[in-house]
Amino acid sequence: MEEPIIQLQGVNKWYGEFHVLRGVDLDVAKGERIVICGPSGSGKSTLIRCINRLEEHQAGTIRVHGVELTNNLKNIDAVRRDVGMVFQQFNLFPHLTVLENCTLAPIWVKKTPKAEAEAQALRYLERVRIPEQAHKYPGQLSGGQQQRVAIARSLCMNPSVMLFDEPTSALDPEMVKEVLDVMIDLAEGGMTMLVVTHEMGFAKSVADRVIFMDRGEIVEQAAPEEFFTNPKSERTRTFLGQILNH
Amino acid sequence: MTQENATVPVLPPKAPSHGPLAWAKANLFNGWFNTILTLLLLWLAVRLVPGILEWALADAVWSGEADACRADGAGACWAFVAEKARFILFGTYPFEEHWRPILAMLVVVAMLLASADRRLWGRPLLLIWPAGLGIAGLLMFGGVLGMTYVETTYWGGLPLTLTLSIIGLAFAFPLGVLLALGRTGNLPVVKALSVAYIEIIRGVPLISVLFMASVMFPLFLPQGVSIDKLLRAQLGFILFAAAYLAEVVRGGLQAIPKGQFEAADALGLSYWQKVRLIVLPQALALVIPPLVNTFIGFFKDTSLVIIIGLFDLLSSTKAALTDPAWRGFYKEAYLFVGLIYFAFCYAMSRYSQYLERDLAKGRRR
Repeated sequence: MEEPIIQLQGVNKWYGEFHVLRGVDLDVAKGERIVICGPSGSGKSTLIRCINRLEEHQAGTIRVHGVELTNNLKNIDAVRRDVGMVFQQFNLFPHLTVLENCTLAPIWVKKTPKAEAEAQALRYLERVRIPEQAHKYPGQLSGGQQQRVAIARSLCMNPSVMLFDEPTSALDPEMVKEVLDVMIDLAEGGMTMLVVTHEMGFAKSVADRVIFMDRGEIVEQAAPEEFFTNPKSERTRTFLGQILNH
Repeated sequence: MTQENATVPVLPPKAPSHGPLAWAKANLFNGWFNTILTLLLLWLAVRLVPGILEWALADAVWSGEADACRADGAGACWAFVAEKARFILFGTYPFEEHWRPILAMLVVVAMLLASADRRLWGRPLLLIWPAGLGIAGLLMFGGVLGMTYVETTYWGGLPLTLTLSIIGLAFAFPLGVLLALGRTGNLPVVKALSVAYIEIIRGVPLISVLFMASVMFPLFLPQGVSIDKLLRAQLGFILFAAAYLAEVVRGGLQAIPKGQFEAADALGLSYWQKVRLIVLPQALALVIPPLVNTFIGFFKDTSLVIIIGLFDLLSSTKAALTDPAWRGFYKEAYLFVGLIYFAFCYAMSRYSQYLERDLAKGRRR
C-alpha cells in the first residue's frame, strides 16, 4: 500500500491549561475525502490548522508527504506550499482584485511568470464558475462568490491536499449550495480533502470517511453509511441526534 | 417573487429642490438660530473684508523704497517682500548662484508630482528618487562642472526647509515602519528595543534632540573629527520623526484582521512577502489621515532648527526683518512665508484626501 499523504501520531496540544488535542492518530491516504465533525470546542478546527502549522502541536508527530512539521522553517514552507486551506471567513485580500488574489502566491512563492499565473488563475476561476468576476475586488462579491474565489486561490498553488475549515458556516443559506457544488466537483476530481463541516448531506454523498471528534479526541470514524446508520458510541449518537433532528 | 403580483407600487425617489434660493433656505436660514448666525456673519464680513482688501491691495505699496511704505495712508508694503524675496527664499546662499537651488527645487517638486501618480509606484520611483536627489544635491553643493562649491552653512530658506523635511521624512518613514513592525511582532528582544526607542524619543522635545545633535554630540567625537551641522540636525530630525511615525503605522497594523495573516501563511508567503504584499498596503491605507497629519506637523517643525543656527525659511524671514532700512514690516513678511507653508501643507492635505478616495475604490468590505 502507498504511504499515507498525511500521518498524525499521538498529537497533543494545549491552550494554556486547556487540553485541546489529546493523542490524535490519523492517516490520510492520497485521494481520500474526510469529513470531520463534532461539537464546538472539540478541537476539529485546531486539528486541521495543525496540519499546515497555523497552530503548533506540542507533542506527537505530524508528517505531510513524509516531511515532518517541526520548528524548521524550510519544512513548514514546503508543507504550506503543498497544502491549501479554505477558511470560514474567506480571508481574501481586500486590497487586491480577484485575479491578483489568485496569482499572488504562485508569482511570489513559486516564481511562476505572471502571464502563466494569470492564465492558470483564470482556468481555476472558470472551474469555480466565476471567471467574469476576475477584475472585481472581493468586497464587491457575495459571500458565496468570495468563498469560491478563496477555493480558486488555494487551487492556484496546485496543492495535493486541501483543508476546509467550516467553509459554509459564514454563508447565507442560499449560498451554501454553490460552494458545496464546487467542493463536490473538486472531490470528484480526485483531490485529497479534509473538511471540517456540519453539512451532513455533503458528508453522506462525498466523504470516504467521517470522523467524529469530541473533547480533543477522535471518538469514532467510519464510512458514511456505517457512521450515520449505525454509530457505535453514545456520544456520536447524541451529537447526530442534535444536528439531524432540528 | 415576481414583479407582476407586487402590490406595493415602485415609487421614484422624492425629487430634491434645486437652485441657490432653495439651497440658502435649506442651509443658511433653516430655523431662527441659523438665521441669526448667518446675519451676524454677513455683518462681520461687511465690516472686515473691505478694510483688509484696501490694506492688502488698493493702498498697498508694490515697489520703491521703505519711505514710500511709511507715507501716510500707505497699506501693505509688498515692496519689502519684493526687495527681500530672494533673501527670504534662499538665505545666505551666494546671490549669483540662486539658479542652482531653483533648479534643485524644480527637480524635487517634479519628483513629488511624479510620485503622486499611483501608476508609477514601485520600481520606477525607486530609481527616480536616488537619481533626482543626487542631481539636486549636486546642484546645491556644486564643486564640479564649473559650479563653485557651496558649504551647507550657506544654505538657507526654502531649499533648506525642503531638504530637512523631504530627506527627513523619506528616511524617517521606513525607519518608523520597521519600528512599528518590531513593536507589534513577536521577537521579544526586537520588541523591547522598539518600545524603548519609541517611548524615549517621544518623551523628549524635538528642540532638545536638535540641541543634543548640534551641541552635545560633537563633544563625544574625537579631536579633529567633525560632522556637518546640517547633517547632524537632519539625523536628529529623522530619529525623532521615526518614533512618531512608528506609532501611527502601528495603529494601522493592529487594525488588520488575524485572518489576513493566516491566509498569507497558509499560501506559503514568507514574513517579508506577507508584510510587503498583504499587511503594509492595507495598514498604510488605513492610516493615511494621521500619517499626513504627522507629515504636515513635521514639515512645519523644521522651523525649530533656528535654535541651532540653521537658516530655514522662517529664520531667513526673521533675518530679513532685521535690516535697519526695512524695520517693522512683520505682517507682510509673515503673510508671505505663511502662504508658502500653506501651499505645501494644503497640497499634502488635498493629495491625502484624493489618495484615500482612490484607494477605497471597490474595496469596501
